[in-house]
Parts: sequence; C-alpha cells; structure tokens
Amino acid sequence: MARLANWLRLAAMIAAAAITAAVSFPAAAGVDLPTLEKGKGEKCVEDTQYMRKNHMDLLKHHRDDTMRKGIRTTKHSLKKCIECHASEKSGSVAASKEDFCAACHSYVSVKLDCWDCHATKPGKSPQPKVGLAPLKAAVSPLLASSINGASK
Amino acid sequence: MNKPVDSKVDGRRGFLKAGAVVAGAAVAPGVLLYGVAHSRPPEEAASSDVRWGMLIDSAKCGDGCNDCVTACNEENGLSGANGPQDTQYIRKLDIKDLRNGRVHSLPMLCQHCENPPCVDVCPTGASMKRADGIVLVDRHICIGCRYCMMACPYKARSFVHETITDQNPEVPRGKGCVESCTFCVQRVDRDENPACVDACNANGHQAMVFGDMNDPESAISKALKSHASTEVRADLGLNTGVRYQGI
Amino acid sequence: MANESCLNQESCKPAQFWGLLGLGGLIILGALFAFFTLEHHGHVLTGMNNQIVWGLPHVFAVFMIVAASGVLNVASIGSVFGKKLYKARAPLSGMLALAMLAGGLAVLVLDLGRPDRLVVAMTYYNFKSIFAWNMIFYNGFFAIVGLYLITMMDRKLKDFSKPVGLIAFLWRIGLTTATGSIFGFLVARVGYNSALMAPMFIVMSFAYGLAVFLLVQSSMYKWNAMKLDDRILTRMKNLLGIFIAAALYFNVVFHLTNMYFAKQWAFERFILLDGGIYTMIFWVGQIVVGCILPLILLFSPGARHSIGTVMLASLMVILGGMAQMYVTIVGGQAFPLVLFPGYQESSSFYDGVIHAYSPSIWELLLGMGGVGIAFFLTVAAVRAFKFLPQDDFKSIEAEDA
Repeated sequence: MARLANWLRLAAMIAAAAITAAVSFPAAAGVDLPTLEKGKGEKCVEDTQYMRKNHMDLLKHHRDDTMRKGIRTTKHSLKKCIECHASEKSGSVAASKEDFCAACHSYVSVKLDCWDCHATKPGKSPQPKVGLAPLKAAVSPLLASSINGASK
Repeated sequence: MNKPVDSKVDGRRGFLKAGAVVAGAAVAPGVLLYGVAHSRPPEEAASSDVRWGMLIDSAKCGDGCNDCVTACNEENGLSGANGPQDTQYIRKLDIKDLRNGRVHSLPMLCQHCENPPCVDVCPTGASMKRADGIVLVDRHICIGCRYCMMACPYKARSFVHETITDQNPEVPRGKGCVESCTFCVQRVDRDENPACVDACNANGHQAMVFGDMNDPESAISKALKSHASTEVRADLGLNTGVRYQGI
Repeated sequence: MANESCLNQESCKPAQFWGLLGLGGLIILGALFAFFTLEHHGHVLTGMNNQIVWGLPHVFAVFMIVAASGVLNVASIGSVFGKKLYKARAPLSGMLALAMLAGGLAVLVLDLGRPDRLVVAMTYYNFKSIFAWNMIFYNGFFAIVGLYLITMMDRKLKDFSKPVGLIAFLWRIGLTTATGSIFGFLVARVGYNSALMAPMFIVMSFAYGLAVFLLVQSSMYKWNAMKLDDRILTRMKNLLGIFIAAALYFNVVFHLTNMYFAKQWAFERFILLDGGIYTMIFWVGQIVVGCILPLILLFSPGARHSIGTVMLASLMVILGGMAQMYVTIVGGQAFPLVLFPGYQESSSFYDGVIHAYSPSIWELLLGMGGVGIAFFLTVAAVRAFKFLPQDDFKSIEAEDA
C-alpha cells in the first residue's frame, strides 16, 4: 500500500511539472504568440503582465459595479478598453482575427460572449466624461431661447 | 400658449445649468462649475436618496406625434420595426373611454415601479431595481426565461428574438435576453434627460417631465404636488415611477 | 447482448426493444436539431413573440413536470399510506417520475433565450422568485426520489423507504404547489393570479400522473403477455375516476369564481364563449375529452374487465391535460393585458387585441423531445431493472377483507 502511495505521489509530481513546463514553454521558446496591435495612448491603465492575468476579473468587477450600482468610472471599463485597443484597420477589437481581443482569445481558444451584446467598436463620437458634452447640453436650451426646455 | 407652472418653475438644476453657462461664457472652467453643481461623480454609486420619476401629461401629448418613440429607438439602437417579435421600449397608446368616447394619446413605457413584479419573479436576479429606482435587466445573468414578461402588468418588456449587430456602445443588447426602457440610464448618469423627454421638449409639446421625485424642489415633485396624477393599474399597489395626468 | 439484459422480462424481443429505443432516440435528435437551430438563429423562428412569450414548449414542459410529480403518487399511496397494491408499483412510479421530470425540464431549459447560462440559473438565486424555488424543488426531487428508489430496490435499505417516501411525498406536494404558483403568483394577468392554481395543479397532477402510470403499466403487461388482475384494474381505474372528478371540480370553482368578479368577465367570456381556438380547446379538449368521456369510460359497466377501455381513458386524460395546459398557458396570454379598465386600447405593440399564436415546427420538435427523453429513459430503465410490479395477492385480499 505504501509503495502504491509513493508511486501516486511521484506521478502527481511529474504531472504537475509537465503542466508547468507546458505553460511556460511556448513563451520561453518563442513559439508563435499572437501579435497584438499596440493600443492608442502611452500605456495601459495597469501593468501589461497584470492585465494579461487579471483583465477578466477587472472587467467583471467593473461590469457589476456599473450595471447594478451605476458606478461609471472609466479606468477599468470595457468601453475604454475598446476605445484604446480598437484596430486601426477594422476599427474594432473583435471584427477580424488579428484584432486585439480576438487575436489572443482565439490563440488560447477561450470563447467570449461579450460581443453578443456589446459593440466591438468605440462610439461614433466618444463623449468625454467632463468636457464639452455637458457644456453643450447646458448651452442648447439657451440656444433654443428657453431655459425651461431640456432641464429637469 | 399657456406655459404650465411645472415647467416654468424649473428647479435648481436648470437654474444652475443656466448659471454655469453664463459663467462658462466668461471663464473657461465653467464646465467644472457645472460638474460640481449636480452631476453624480462617476465613482459614486446611485443612491436611494434619489428616486427618478416621470410625469406625463396626456393633455399635452400630441395625437399622432411619435417623436418620443423615434428618439428612443435612435438612442437605444432599436430597429423601430413593429412586428410581434420586435422590441419596443416606448409606444404610443391610444385609449378611448368606452362610456363617453373621450380619447387620450399617451406614451407607455416601463413604469419603474417601486415594487416591480418583474424583479420579484426573476429567478436569477437579473431583473433588478437600482438604488435610485430605475428598473433594469442585467443581461449578464439574464437566462431568457421570459417570466418577467409574464409578470409585467404594463407589457413593457421585449425579448430579443434574433442576433443584433452594430449596437450603440452605450446600450449593449443582444439575442436571448429580455429588455425594456432604462430611463436612458446612460444619459441620466451624466445628468441628462431620457431621450424621449428631450424629444418631447424639443418639439414643444413638453408633455413629459423627468426628475427626482425625492427632491421637493424638482420640477416633477412640484408638479406632482400641484396637479392630480394617476398611476396605471394603481390597484396593484406597485408605486410606479411614471405618473400620468389628464386621464 | 440485449438478451442478457432483460432479466425481468418473460420474453426479450430484442428487435422491438431496440426499435422502441431508436424511436425515442430519433425524437430526441429532432429536439436537439431544433435546439441548435434556435440557439443559432434565435427565437425569431418560433411562433412565440413579445405577446405570447411562453408557447408550445412550455405546454409540454409544464404538463410533463406536473404529471411527473403526480405519477409519484402511486408510490406515495404505497409507502406513506401503506397500501400493498400500490407498494408493489412504487419503484415503477418513482422511475417514471424521474424520467418525466427529466423530459419536462429539458424542454424548459432548451427553450431558454440563453441556455448556455444554465450555470447562472443554478448559481444566482433570487429567493423571492417562485421560479427560483422551482429550480430548487426540481433538483431536490431528483435527489430525493433517486434516494427513494434506492431504498426501495436495495433489500438492505428497505427500512428507510418509508421515511424517505414520506419526504418524497411532502417534497412533491411542495413542487407542484410551486409549479402552480408560477401562474398563481402573476399579479397582473386575469387568467392567472389565483391561489387556487396551486391546489388545482396538485389535483390535476394526481389525474395526469395516474393516467401516465396506467398507460405504461398496461404496456408493460402487454409486452410480457401478462394480464393485470381485475381487482387491481378496478381499484386503479376507480381512483383515476375520482382524480378526474376532483380536477373537474377545481376547474368549475376556478371559473365560477372568475365569473362572479366583474373585472374578470371579459376573460371568462373569452375562454368559455368567444375565444375561437381557445374556447374550442377548452370545451372539446379539456372538458369533454379530458374529463367527461374518460369518466363515462371508466365507470361504464365493462370497464373493470377491459384494460383497453382503461388505456383509452388514460390516453384521453393525457390529451385533455395537454389541452388544459394550452388553454391555461397560451390562452391566458392571448387575452390582452388591461392597462386602463373601461377603455378601449390600441397601439403599435398590440395593446387591446387578442394575440395570435401559431406554433412552428421547431416548438413542436422541442416539446416532443421532452416526451422522447421520458420515453427513452423509461424503455431503457424497464429493460435494465426490475420495475414490473410483483403482486402479493394474499395481502391484497387481506386488505380487502
């Protein structure tokens, strides 16, 4: 019995080592990794390695905050991700296989259902959070020569 | 045309907004002033101190006018088709009193109940009410069982029957989930009116007032205080966020 | 191979067995085809829409779920109430309950807008929702009835079968209450919105379940060229008659109550008088075929000796049950919601008009798939385990005396 247990332990260790090796091997050996288009702007909102590992958790956390509580910070919002990472060519993060989200996700074959509902392209006129938009909204009633109009 | 009391007494928002513009015209940081004045900061969660509501005056609602519907479709990326399987967040309802033939035309939409039956029946909690009273569907956990559609007394909900592309980035929607009017939550969160209300104001009917029913100084609160209004299916005791006057 | 796995049967008939299994499999394949088609294209292909949100698949699903809880009644009468005749039939009853629930649930799940999110349905619970409670009841039913079956079929665990049987009985009462309340708790719709839904569903489940049980049992006896003893047949057919009468009684009370309330008149008029297809299905399907004719058949002079008569009556009860579900589920939605009582309503969203529904082939395939699953499981289970009732006539006679 003891011998069997030993064998099992050894087998488990070998398996664990094999899995670790398999995961790190392609990166070390420079096997075809997906080539990702560089995003707009200086750098990502978080460290690249951190994003690779945790972007899904950030997105999910933000998703629930925005959806259920109405918190609309932009740092970890999908909308902002898309604005930076939409491809120059297709204008989207998932329209073609080379686009940012699609490239990596097809490489690791993890299926996404984000795009069943979410647009993969930035809005036609992305609205800055505090900028011209509120000003415009405030001006328009004036232009309409009535301040009653659009206000609450 | 006699201007209604409720829209003339404009509440502090409108007043400050106008003030901000005047200031903004002189000094550039007027925008900041605006921000400080009323918008809920993005990092702050919606609060139950606020209850968003809408008052619709059927007497002012134009017979045959469909502007609120068109504006809604545009804002939310709806096709505008009227087939039995097509989504409608807001619709013009024509009603006729069977006793005396008196007719009304009014927009019907999600009533954003305080006690929403759709939220009660939803098995996963996808159907939800935000702290500020806006009733929403969390499409991330909606399984498409349609029980909320069975439960809604106002027929306010639609099921997405086929694949959708080219959504408005601010209004994600897709096949297999239930959806309904959100009071244009994306606009409300940046301190704008729902699209239907703006459209109704823009064409001069001004039949819809939107605002915080918990704020006694808001236009809607004042109007509700000074005018008789009704809830649709008041017998159900749902305390709706949308009220009607003139019926 | 097949010959070795029919230990509990007089004659093996492998060709027929594989034929039946194949038939079940074919129906299931049809449902899977419909499922993947709908999953890809969306519900746009179905006859369901924003007015009739639940259609033919739900008629099948709810009927099967109600019948599943009802078919367990045979076991309950045996284990909980100690009747020997029914105790001999308890294992078959438990197995049928599981098979039918599996079939009904499968239809319900395959019809979801996002069936890929089944995990969500199992992990996010809104405890105020009767639908969420149903999911708990369904899952629990599998576990409890499964355990119940084991205690009945394993000699060493026989002593546990009574307490587990009691739990199963209480659980199924809860389950059917919850299923009826899916409709009973709909505050806004005149066709539902009644506390009577829960007990009415329970009584209906007794009738549907026993009818299904009698059909399956009769087929098994026929297969093995055995004859069901007349005393047993008489008792069971009389019980079915009582259940049908009770279901009819609940229906009468339900509609009488509605007729007494002025605000419900329009709906009652719709179902009972001028609802077109729904009125016809109500009177012809639910009342005549589902209740009156089976009652006449079951209490006709020759019925106690005629297994054929009882089988025909059972089949009619099942058809009537489907009709009842169609009238309840589809008819209840076809009648428009009244937003402004006393007003005529019209809009682009079909306010104020009777809603049309014509089910597509996809819905039929999906619904039949549930029947296929229950059929397949039953054929396989009956082959592999000893579900054929083993009657001890001495004790039945002792009970009679």
